[in-house]
Parts: sequence; structure tokens; C-alpha cells
Amino acid sequence: MSIDSVEVRGLGKRYGLHRALHAVDLDLQAGGVCALLGPNGAGKSTLLGILSSIVRPSAGGVRYLADGQPVEAGESLRREIGVVAHDSFLYSGLTALENLDFWGQLYQVENLADRSKELLRTVGLDEKAWERTAGTYSRGMVQRLSVARTMLHDPSVLLLDEPFTGLDRGGAQALAEALSGAVKRGAVVLVITHDLESIAGITTHVAVLRRGKLEFEERRAAGYSFDELKDTYHTHSE
Amino acid sequence: MTNSSRSAPLFIGAAVACIFGFGYTLSLIFYQTPLSAGPLYFNQKIFYYHVPCAFMLFLAVIVCGIASIKYLRGRDQRWDDVSVAAAEVSVVFGTIVMVTGVLWAKPAWGKWWVWDARLTSALLLWMTMIAYQLVRKYGGAGSERLASGLGIFAMVNIPLVYSSTRLWKTNHPSANTVPSLDPSMRAALWFSVLLFTVFFILLLRLRINARRNERRLYECREMALDAGIF
Amino acid sequence: MEFLRYVKVLAWKDVRVEFRSREIIYTMSFFAAMVVLLFSFAFLKQSATSNDMTGSSEHSPGFIWVAVLFAGTLGLSRAFDRERETGTMRALLLAPIPRAAIFLGKSVAIAIMVLVVQAVVVPLVALFFDAPLFTHPLALVCTLVLGTIGFSVVGAVFAAMLIKTGSRDVLLPVVLYPILVPLFIAAIKATAAMLDGALGDSWFWIRFLAVYDTIFLIAALWTFESLVIE
Repeated sequence: MSIDSVEVRGLGKRYGLHRALHAVDLDLQAGGVCALLGPNGAGKSTLLGILSSIVRPSAGGVRYLADGQPVEAGESLRREIGVVAHDSFLYSGLTALENLDFWGQLYQVENLADRSKELLRTVGLDEKAWERTAGTYSRGMVQRLSVARTMLHDPSVLLLDEPFTGLDRGGAQALAEALSGAVKRGAVVLVITHDLESIAGITTHVAVLRRGKLEFEERRAAGYSFDELKDTYHTHSE
Repeated sequence: MTNSSRSAPLFIGAAVACIFGFGYTLSLIFYQTPLSAGPLYFNQKIFYYHVPCAFMLFLAVIVCGIASIKYLRGRDQRWDDVSVAAAEVSVVFGTIVMVTGVLWAKPAWGKWWVWDARLTSALLLWMTMIAYQLVRKYGGAGSERLASGLGIFAMVNIPLVYSSTRLWKTNHPSANTVPSLDPSMRAALWFSVLLFTVFFILLLRLRINARRNERRLYECREMALDAGIF
Repeated sequence: MEFLRYVKVLAWKDVRVEFRSREIIYTMSFFAAMVVLLFSFAFLKQSATSNDMTGSSEHSPGFIWVAVLFAGTLGLSRAFDRERETGTMRALLLAPIPRAAIFLGKSVAIAIMVLVVQAVVVPLVALFFDAPLFTHPLALVCTLVLGTIGFSVVGAVFAAMLIKTGSRDVLLPVVLYPILVPLFIAAIKATAAMLDGALGDSWFWIRFLAVYDTIFLIAALWTFESLVIE
């Protein structure tokens, strides 16, 4: 199964009195990168939480489509989703191989040992470090391992929440490669970021949230340059 | 809006009935039931308010538990309102039970506090519902889920608390006190229970309405913000 | 069966991390031992006939269970802190496994840690206070294991809900202890009855513990997912 589009309809979410999202409609297509922009507290992370099914909406819903057929929410859907966040999602008390082994078992990855090693080589993590616990890693190494962890189950929906904050050059490179690889394979990609420079060029779809409402949405097959992204953001978020 | 204005006459009616009802219980309790023999003499009068309040404490915890389950299922804010309201009301009735219980214990058992099963289980429930208030106040974002969890577990815990404290130790007047009461005393007690039930529902409604209005006000502010009025 | 495989993977991960650093087990055991020591200073009396300190054996069930409860709360906080530091709790919720398996895996891991602490505390109490704790090993083991299961089950639910709350360290005991009171009473009673040689009473309370564990295990499995999903 591979998800090829996501439909968000009338999505709303309240935390007590606070309105985090209100009547959001959004379509995400495979093979493109959607940049979700907006000031702090605009509801970006809440939307990402709902898309990744760890936040329940108060109104409306999300439909995932694979070959035009809706996919039911649940474990088989969660298997298709990959999330990259500022947090590494790694256990510092486990080695690189143990970390990948643990997450691989939860995601029921086939040929786990081979795939882990292949990914660790792809992200450029030195073979000598594989048997060391992640707690002894430098920041850059943790980030590479984190990218490997996300790609382990080959997600067809990739959700990124401020993935570029604090990345060093090696980590940013590993992430950029993984991202463009996922786009080429036809994944649905959504990125939340303030770092517009890192997503210039690959972004084909821009959505701006403000106070929980979708303020602006636009697609350009040719992609956006850094200046265009900056202009769009400033025009619609203030 | 329409909903609350339609129920307004019923609401006011119930409130008026409560006022008269309280007057009537006073007359029942002080003029129409006999004074107890022995050391309890006048003190026994407290029983007519102590017991109904204890019933209401348990009822409120059960209402809170059921509303919590409903809220978690569908995430409908209205059930959360019910759960909050019931929890607050349970603390009010719990406080009355504790105060009247202490006042009763001194002449009956010679000590202000006795580790009696029913008093202890009421104390524990009361403490649990105070914990619920603390969670609501200091839990920050997501506290409604935590509070719902506590509400459900508190309800599930009722029989366990009751049986464990009971088997642990008991010297409360046993449950068959009620049938052995003088018929006039029994009538006064049951009238009091009925009155407190109406009063309980009234308090619950009031608190739920306050929560709903608070939310409506907030929504109006949001609409104004969306329209660019502020 | 798939479900139990996930539980095993999750619990084994925690155990492996813990036995590599032994942080939780060492700190919990030290803390529990310190609690026992503090209690002895508080409750031991000078014997009238000799220079020995006596009157302690009757207190030993209380020493054991208060120490376990306090140390267990500490371990519970720390075990869930580990899931928060690098966002792994969120990652676990994202994983394609039944969410109840996350709960059960964590409970098993915590139960193992608490049992290790008991393996330190119980002999310590027996040694310090000359308590004949090991005369009925089967009853002792049943009490310890069932008490631990109940603690871990209820504890894991509340600690998981509190993971994103700022004041989690103070709120955890606030929500946990009122719910744990029946378990605490039953565990103390079972241990005390065992020390008195009243095995019948002891088994009665052990059965009570089993009922408590079953009820809360069902309640936790049933509500866990909706309690941790925002």
C-alpha cells in the first residue's frame, strides 16, 4: 500500500477554550512538497499531529487515499506515515543498531538487519559507531541516525516538523537527500519550517496558517524560490 | 440559546421548590421527628443532612465518571462540562459530609475523627475529587484528559475503596439503621434525600450553564477577531 | 499474539536500557532503604527490660509498602522521563502498534524494576526488625507480585498521561495515591496477617489484590488509547 493523496476537510481542533484549528481544507498530492507556514501558535503542529493520528480533531476529518481508495485510520495507516521532528526519537541508552532494531520490529520491517546497515551507510554513519550507545554520539551523528530511523520503514507520507533547526551540515545533507529521495519515489511530503532557505527549490505547494485558519494556499509546479517563499509568507501571515 | 431559555421556567421552579423544601425539612426534622434517647439526643438531627449529602457525594462521583467516559469517547466538550460540574459539586457535598461527620462523631463515639469504614471511604472519595480539582487547575494543556482519566478511575475505585475500608475496620451505625427508624424519621430522611437530589441537579445545571456561557463568550471573541473588529 | 510480541519488544527495550545504566534501580533501592531507615528512627521504642530497640516487627508491613510506594513513584517518573527526553513517547504513539501494547510494555518494565527494589527492601526489613517475613514464602511472593502489578498498571496510565504536563512530578502522586489506597490497604493487611500467622486472612487480602489488579488492568487497557491521544 502506498498513500498518494491526503484530503483534509473542515478540520477543527480545540484545546479547552483555545481554538487551535478552524475549518481547514487542504489537499496534499504525492510527488510534491507542501510547505506549511505561519507564525508561532498558528496551529501548524496541531495540524501535523492530526495528520499523524496522535491528535484527535474536534471537527471535520482527514482522508488518506491509496489508488483512489480511502484507507482506514489505524495501525496499517500509521505504518505508512513517517515523522521527523526536532526530537531525535532515539533511545540514548541503545546503540545505533539496537535503536533501528527496536523501531524496525515495531514497524515490521522485512530483512531488518540488512536494511539497517544499508541505511546507516547511506546516511554516512561511521561503521565504528554502530555498536556505541546513541548517548555518546555527537549532535550530527544523532541527526543522521534519526534520519535513518525515519526512512527505515519507507513511509509514503512524510511529515516534517521544524526538521532543520539545529542541524549541522552533515545532518542537513542527509535529510535533504532523504527528502528528495522520498519525493522521487512519490511520497506525500509536508514540511513545517521557519527556515525557508532550506526548502526553497523543492517546495511546490504553499499553505499559510494564521490563528488556526488557512489564510492562503497556492501550487506552482515549477517550485518556489527563496524570495517567493519569503514574500508569500510575509504577505499572508500578518 | 433557545435551549436554555426554554428550560428556564423549569429551572426557576426547581430552585423555588428547593427553597420551600429546605424550610419543610427543617420543620420535619425539628418538630415532627422524635428526639433520640441517650447521648445523641439532639445531635442525631444532623443525620438528616449528613446521609443525603453522602449519597450525593457518591452520585456526583458516578456522574463525573460516566461523563468522563462519554467525553473521552467522542471528545464532545459538553460532556467535559458535565464532568467538571459534577466533580466540583462532589467536593461541596464531600465537605458537608466531612464537617457533619466530625460533628456527629464527637458525641456518638467520643472522638472528633473515627476511622470508620464509611467515613473513611467518603474521605478518600472526597480527596480523589480534590485531586481532580488540582489537576484541572494546575495540569495545564491536556488537563481535561488527565482529569477524565482520574474521574473514570475514581468511579471504578468506589466499590474497591468501600470494601477495603469496610473490611479494614468498621464501627459506623450499620446500614439497617434506616429500616429500624421511627416511621416519621424515615419520612424525613427520604424527603431530605429527594430534596438534596433536586438541589444536586440544580447545582449541576448552574455550573454547566456557566461553563457553556464562558465558551460562547470566547467563541464570540474569536469571531470578532476573525472579522477584524479588535 | 502479535500484541504480546509488541509488549515483549517494548518491555525488553526498557529493561535493556535500565540494566545498562542501572540508574533507576540503584536510586530507587537506595531511596527505599533510606525510607525504611527514617521510619525506624521515627517508630522504634526503647524496650523497658533491655537495651534493645523493640516493637518494630508489627510495623514492618507498613515500612515495606510505604517504601515501595514512594520509591516506585520515583522510578515511575524517571522511566517516563526517558520517553520524554528525545520525544520517544510521541514516536511510540506514531508506531503501527496497538497503543494498549505501549501501556502494557511500560507496566511490565516498571513492575520488574519495583520487584528488584522489593528484593532489597524486604530482606532489609526482615534483618533490621527481626520480622519473620520468610516463614510463608508463597503468600509473601503473591502479595509482593500482585501489589507490584496493581501499582505498575495504575502508575503507568497516569504517568503516561502526565508526560507533557509541566508540573508532572507533583501531580503524579496527587492523582495516583487516592486511587492506590485500596491496593495499599490490602497489601499491608495481607503482609500483616502473614506475620501474625493468620494465613486465611492473608489469602483473603491476596485475592482482594488480584481483584483490584484485574479491574484496573481492564480499565487501563480499555481507556489508555483515548487518554494519551490529544
